[in-house]
Amino acid sequence: MDARLGLRNTKSILFKAVIIFFAFVITIPLIIVLLYIIKQGVMQVNWHFLTHIPAPEGETGGGIANALVGSVIIVAMSSIVAIPVGMLAGIYLSENPGTRLAYWSGLCVDILQGVPSIVVGIVVYFWIVKPIGFSAVSGSIALAIMMLPIVIRSTEQTLLLLPPSLKEAALSLGVPYHRVILKVIVPCGFAGILSGIILSIARIIGETAPLLFTALGSNLFSTNITKPMESLPHLIFTYATSPYDDQHDLAWGASFILLMFVLLLNIFTKLITRKWNIQL
Amino acid sequence: MLFNAFSFLLSAFSSDTHRYMTVKNKRLDLSYSQMKWETIFRRILITMSVIMLLIVIGVLITLIVQSMPSIKTLGIGYLWGKVWDPVNNIYGAWPFLIGTLLTSFTALIISIPFSYAIAIYLGEYNPKGWLSNLLKNTIELIAAVPSIIYGFWALFVLVPIVRNFEMKIHVAPYGVGIFSASLVLAVMIIPYAASLGTSLIRMVPSPLKEGAYALGATRFEVIRSVILPYTRSGLFAGILLSLGRALGETMAVTVLIGNTSTIAPKFLDLFFGPGNTMASVIANEFAEADHTLYLSALIELGLVLFFVTVIINLIGKRIITRYSK
Amino acid sequence: MEHTVVSASKFNAWFGDNHVVKDVSMKIEKNQVVAVMGPSGCGKTTFLRCINRMHELIPGATAKGSLKLYDDEVYTMNPIYVRYKIGMVFQRPNPFPNLSIYDNVIAGYKLNGLRVPKAELDTIVQKSLTSAALWNEVKDSLHKKGTFLSGGQQQRLCIARAIAMEPEVILFDEPTSALDPISTSSVEQLFHELKANYTLIIVTHNMQQAARVSDKTAFFYVGELVEFDDTKQMFTAPADIRTQNYITGRFS
Repeated sequence: MDARLGLRNTKSILFKAVIIFFAFVITIPLIIVLLYIIKQGVMQVNWHFLTHIPAPEGETGGGIANALVGSVIIVAMSSIVAIPVGMLAGIYLSENPGTRLAYWSGLCVDILQGVPSIVVGIVVYFWIVKPIGFSAVSGSIALAIMMLPIVIRSTEQTLLLLPPSLKEAALSLGVPYHRVILKVIVPCGFAGILSGIILSIARIIGETAPLLFTALGSNLFSTNITKPMESLPHLIFTYATSPYDDQHDLAWGASFILLMFVLLLNIFTKLITRKWNIQL
Repeated sequence: MLFNAFSFLLSAFSSDTHRYMTVKNKRLDLSYSQMKWETIFRRILITMSVIMLLIVIGVLITLIVQSMPSIKTLGIGYLWGKVWDPVNNIYGAWPFLIGTLLTSFTALIISIPFSYAIAIYLGEYNPKGWLSNLLKNTIELIAAVPSIIYGFWALFVLVPIVRNFEMKIHVAPYGVGIFSASLVLAVMIIPYAASLGTSLIRMVPSPLKEGAYALGATRFEVIRSVILPYTRSGLFAGILLSLGRALGETMAVTVLIGNTSTIAPKFLDLFFGPGNTMASVIANEFAEADHTLYLSALIELGLVLFFVTVIINLIGKRIITRYSK
Repeated sequence: MEHTVVSASKFNAWFGDNHVVKDVSMKIEKNQVVAVMGPSGCGKTTFLRCINRMHELIPGATAKGSLKLYDDEVYTMNPIYVRYKIGMVFQRPNPFPNLSIYDNVIAGYKLNGLRVPKAELDTIVQKSLTSAALWNEVKDSLHKKGTFLSGGQQQRLCIARAIAMEPEVILFDEPTSALDPISTSSVEQLFHELKANYTLIIVTHNMQQAARVSDKTAFFYVGELVEFDDTKQMFTAPADIRTQNYITGRFS
C-alpha cells in the first residue's frame, strides 16, 4: 500500500512540474520577440525618423512620418464611428436582454467577432472602394467594423454588472430614461466602458489585412482622407517583404513604435480598471 | 421675483389642492419635453442594434454576390480542383484548403499542451498571487502583439533557423513555408484557449474537489478525474475558438508561407515547403486579379472562410454559454 | 383643515397575470405619517410603488383603478411630474456613487437639467440636509463623494435627496430594514420632524416601528387592505381578526 501511495504522490509531483514547465516556457518566445524588436527598432528611432517620409527605393535615410500620421488619422476616424454606435448598441443589449432584437443583434456581434480581418477588408472594398476609390475613409470603415464587437460586448457586460438600485434611485427622482442612462448608468460604468474602448483601439492599430485593399498605402505624406494613406502596420508589411535593407530598417523602427504603443495602451487599460473602478 | 410674489398671493387665496400646480408649472413643461427625448433615445438605441444586423447581412450578401460568377462557372468542383493557374484561367481551391488545414491543425496541436498547462496552472495550482498575475498578463500580452509584428520577426529570426533545420533533415531548405507559419501561429493562438480554460477550471465547484481529496486522491488524480472531465466540453470550446482564430489569421501567415499555389506530391515536401492558405492567397493576389472570374474565385475563398470561421466560433460560444447556466 | 393628499379607490395591480393588489381603497390626509404593514408578499410594496408610478417600469406590470394626488389621477399625469411631487426612499441606501454629497442632494435638479441658480442650490442643499439631520455631520465635506458615510448617514442622504425636490408626499420602502438600531432610531426621529412639511407613507416589516412612528396604520394581507385605522386603535383593539392574528404574532 505504501509503495503504491508513494508512486501516486510522485506522479502528482511530476505532473505539477510538467505543468509548470509548459506554462512558463511559453513566455520565452514572447520575451525573445519583444527584446528583438526593441533591439532592432530602438536604434532607428530619432527625430528624423519620426518626421520624414520614406526615401525612394535604394536610398538611405527617410522615416515613417506618413505612416505615423496616417495611422492616427485612420484610427481616429474609426473611433469616431465605432465608439458611439458600439456604446449605444451595448446599452441596448444590456437594457433589453430578453427581446428578439437583442438575441439576433447579439448573434451578429458574435459573428462579427469571428470574421477574419481579410474578409472584412474585401467586403469594404466592394462597398466603398469601388464607388469612391482607395481611401483612408474606406480603411477606417473596415477597422470600425472590427472595433464594434469589442466595444459592444464590454459596454454590455459593464452595464449588466451595475446594481439595479442605481437606476431605481434616478427614476424615482423623475429623471427620464435617457438621462438615467446617459447621466447615471454610463458614468458609473465608465471604467469598464473606457477599457473596452482602449482595448479595441489597441487591437485595430495593429491590423493590416483590412487596410490592404482599402486604405492601401503610399510613399507620400498625405492627410487627404479620400485618397490612399499609409499606416504603420501596412508599412511594416510592405517593407518587411522588400529586398532593400534600408526599408527593413524602417520596418524595424515602425515595429518598435507600434509595439510600444500597443503595450502602453494595454498597461493603461489595466491601470484604469484598477484605479477608477467606482466603488458600488 | 415677480412670479414668486404673484404665486404667493395666488396661493393665499387658492386651496392647497392647486398650489403646487401654479408655482411649479415650469417643471411641468420640462417634463413633457423630456418624454419626447425619451422616445427618441429609445429609437436610437434600437437603430444601433439594427445596424449590427445590417452589417452582417451586408457582408454575407456582398460575399455571395461577388462569388456568383465563380460559383456559376466553376461549380462545386472548384473546391477540390488541384490546379491554380490564373494565367490560363484555371482555378482550383484545393491547395489552399490543404494549406489552411495543415497550418491551422498543426498550430492547434502544438498549442494544446501549452494552453492546457496554463489553464491548469492558473486555474487550479495558483489562481492568485503575484506570479499568477504575471503569467496572466504575459499571456494577454501574447494576444496583444499585432500579427504583422510576429510575421516580421519570424521572417528574419525564425526562418533562418528553420532553414538550417530543414537542411539537417534533408528537405528543401526554403525556410518559409507551412511549417514556419504553423510554429508562429501556434504561439499566437495559445492565449485564446488558455484564458477560457482558466476561467472554466476556476469555476469547478469546491465540493466536487473536496470530495475527491477526502477519499485520499492526490492533486494529479483530482485534476485528472474531477476537474478535466467537468470542464471537458468547455475546454473543447476553447480549442474551437483557437482554431477559429488560426483559420482566419492572415498577416503572419502571408509573410511566412511562401506564396506557392501548388501542392507538392510528397508529404514532407508539402509540410516543410512553401504553400498558401485561403487567407494568404487572397492577401497576395487580390490586387492582381484583373478579370472577373479571377476576382470572383478569390472572393469565393473569402466566402468559405467566412462560413467556416463563423460556424466554429458560434459553436464554441454556444458551448460556453451553456456552461455559465 | 385636513385635506386628502393621496386617495385610492378600488385600486388594483398585477405582475402579468398575478393579481397582487386587490381593490384597495384608502384616503391619506396631509401631514400624516401612515405606516403600511403586512406579511411578505401581501402587496404593500407594490401598492407603494404604484403611487409614484415606479410599478409600471417593470415589464408586464399593470394597474387599474383610481389613485389620486389631491384631485388629479396619478395615472393620467405625466409620470415624470408625478415623481417630482412624490419622492421615494428605498430599502438599501442608494446614493449615486459617482456624485459628491452636494451633487447627490440636488441630483433631482442636476440629472433633470433643471436650471437653478447656484445660490438657490446652496440653500436647497443646506435646508434638505438639515431637515434630514445630516447637515452638521457633512457640512465640511460636501464636495467629497459619499462613500465614507455610514449606512444610516447614507440613508439620510437619500432622504435629503428626496426632500430637495420639495415633494408633497415621501414614500418609504422599508427604510430602516438594512440599518443598525442606532441609525434606525435616528431615521425614525426624522419622521416626527418631517411630517410637519410632508406627508409620509412608510412600508415596514417591523410592527413595533409602525406603532412607534405612525399616526395611522394600514394592514395589507394577500393583496387586500384589511384594515386602515388610527395606530393606537389598530394596535389595542383591531377590528379584523386577521389584523389581530398578525399583531399577536400568529403569523408574520
